[in-house]
Amino acid sequence: MKRTGAQIFVESLKAEGIDTIFCYPGGATLNITDALTDISEINQVVVRHEQAAVHAADGYARASGKVGVALVTSGPGATNTVTGIATACMDSIPMVVFSCQVNTMLIGNDAFQEADIVGITRPCTKHSYLVRDVKDLAKIIKEAFHIAASGRPGPVLVDIPKDVSSALADFKYPEKALIRSYQPTYVGHPGQIKKAMRLILHSRRPVLYTGGGVILSNASLELTRFAEALSIPVTNTLMGLGGIPGNHPLFLGMLGMHGTYSANMAITESDLIIAMGARFDDRATGKTDEFAPHAKIIHVDIDPTSISKNIKVDIPIVGDTRNVLIQMLKIVENEKETYRQQHRNVAEWIEKITEWKKNYPLTYQKNSTLKPQYVIERVYELTKGKAIITTEVGQNQMWTAQFFKFLKPRTCLTSGGLGTMGYGFPAAIGAQVAFPRSLVVDIAGDGSIQMNIQELATAVQYNLPVKVVILNNGFLGMVRQWQELFYEKRYTWTHLHSPDFVKVAEAYGAVGLRIENEKDVDKVLKEAFKNKRPTFIDVHVNPEECVYPMVPAGASLKEMLLV
Amino acid sequence: MRHTISLLVENEFGVLSRISGLFSGRGFNIESLCVAESLDPTVSTMTIVTTGNDAILEQILKQLNKLINVIKVVDFSEIDYVSREMVLVKVNAEEKTRPEILRMVEIFRGKIIDVSSRSYTIMITGDEAKLKAFISLIKPLGIKELVRTGPIAMARGERMLKIKEKTDIKGGESNG
Ligand SMILES: Cc1ncc(C[n+]2csc(CCOP(=O)(O)OP(=O)(O)O)c2C)c(N)n1
Ligand SMILES: [Mg+2]
Repeated sequence: MKRTGAQIFVESLKAEGIDTIFCYPGGATLNITDALTDISEINQVVVRHEQAAVHAADGYARASGKVGVALVTSGPGATNTVTGIATACMDSIPMVVFSCQVNTMLIGNDAFQEADIVGITRPCTKHSYLVRDVKDLAKIIKEAFHIAASGRPGPVLVDIPKDVSSALADFKYPEKALIRSYQPTYVGHPGQIKKAMRLILHSRRPVLYTGGGVILSNASLELTRFAEALSIPVTNTLMGLGGIPGNHPLFLGMLGMHGTYSANMAITESDLIIAMGARFDDRATGKTDEFAPHAKIIHVDIDPTSISKNIKVDIPIVGDTRNVLIQMLKIVENEKETYRQQHRNVAEWIEKITEWKKNYPLTYQKNSTLKPQYVIERVYELTKGKAIITTEVGQNQMWTAQFFKFLKPRTCLTSGGLGTMGYGFPAAIGAQVAFPRSLVVDIAGDGSIQMNIQELATAVQYNLPVKVVILNNGFLGMVRQWQELFYEKRYTWTHLHSPDFVKVAEAYGAVGLRIENEKDVDKVLKEAFKNKRPTFIDVHVNPEECVYPMVPAGASLKEMLLV
Repeated sequence: MRHTISLLVENEFGVLSRISGLFSGRGFNIESLCVAESLDPTVSTMTIVTTGNDAILEQILKQLNKLINVIKVVDFSEIDYVSREMVLVKVNAEEKTRPEILRMVEIFRGKIIDVSSRSYTIMITGDEAKLKAFISLIKPLGIKELVRTGPIAMARGERMLKIKEKTDIKGGESNG
């Protein structure tokens, strides 16, 4: 029996086990939209802006580990997805974005609502397809999901012309995607691993520097075990938070521009950096010439292009972080006695780090004003760390990274690579769809929340009880901070007028709450976390608070400005 | 430093733009790029000449390998190889310069592939040094137009650009 392209699309998603899509309709989606009528196996969440569909799919993917799916129309629908796709690409999030396209005959004619979305997104996708023949559709969908989820994950775009979704073909969903030109390396080279282990055994000041790769490969347990087995302190990148419990004694906190004193000093004084699933981003390394000047570097990454890109490494290991950690743990297991010595070898180092942690903890000046850091501390305490947290971008994001202790992987959903304001709220919606019973909190800024505030309607329509804590400082705070520090306090463009967020929430049919002083924090947060409805909490925080420590752009990690 | 790279890529539409986009997006140089179908019609061969230090070359090779449609990448830096290029030159051909031109074409084992009352179109193939020498010798006679293909390259001896057998990968293995 022949089926239409649209039916093939639906059957392919089902065969792939896709249970949720985030979507927005248009003329070009109609065949597919219609084919999805009454398809109860696939939860269809209609957003209010295509950017949000992609961020929601992204949040869904980060929280669940499954591939996120978005579906949009041609032209403006497709171009609206670009920021979402670029965000996912920078953070290696597995995702398939289906854009619909004008009829094949019209492609290239500047037809109504035509955009060359494959061309536009080429540099920010892992791969992309334009389906030109309905006979290829199932195979392309299979490949798209395979490519998105395997190797270093990333977004894949599939562009489906309207005549392809109406054309007829036989349907058979391929069992496997066979792509001769794509064979990621999963297992680390044993020789390299042996060399790495020898270096570790000889080091006296080792540091594990781990990133999003640990989260993506579900390696947190192995990482924690490995760190414990050899007594190696761990610092995380922003993307790596949750890779080891945030309250673990070996955890140093985040490193980099707004990293902790102990993390940045540990890197600077280390004699061996073991980088895992991290890519030496400039926000993490500071001035590269002075990054870990005394250290040898081992780098484990599934993507060979990440290795020796920014910083030359001594021992590269290409492979899946989790696999490599398992391989390393096996060596430790086999030579227990030898590796046990390591605890003694690094005792002095651990002592030094403990001193740093004690003398230079993350802190802020407490005074009569309401401090944003305090609000985040209370969110952490009141949720006992058992919430999925998303952030926007700016100070709100950095304070969250600093003051919320992420106890588990996949609980810190934040746009690390691209730094996309407007990410957090739709991502929270996506995470809430994946985990309807979990508490999902977006820690937002007054600027960022307005970039996708329309998604309140989505949250209300689908009964998604997402909580948005708006750290309302009346400023584009992070930019203001740079103006304060480096542009003599000329706050050009950064002073914001915002609407009454409580009323906005209420107008959409959500709950709006407000906090104006410290004594209301617990009471209002508790109330917000208890109710089962989408809720905005407008928190009026100290307008001119800065994020510290701070390593000025271009400086080395040890040149931190402290509180 | 100059490097010659050979690629086997899927003979599909859009592949060339992925490759050129990679170079422009990451600020890598392309000095020349040659592409055409290979013996296997599903595969195209590309020869790219690029410049950059070792670190840049390493990134170029890795980034090319990372493109899904790229089947194989070979850097000729450490391989003994031959490389040839073709140039078409249209030169002024007047009564008194014609013998000189003909002699030069003969010495360089070229061919005259088009003749008009006032010009010759010459085809020369060879390595870079040979083409350079020819062009500089013919230049004083008046070059009207010049088109080069950019080099294509091949390893010497038994070495070949081959496609590995398809291997089976479990989808999503890294994602648990
Ligand atoms: C889409 C987008 N535009 C601009 C920026 C640049 N930017 C980075 S932080 C920031 C300020 C964010 O303000 P707000 O959301 O109020 O957060 P705060 O820093 O005040 O906590 C801006 C404008 C960005 N990251 N993303
Ligand atoms: Mg703000």
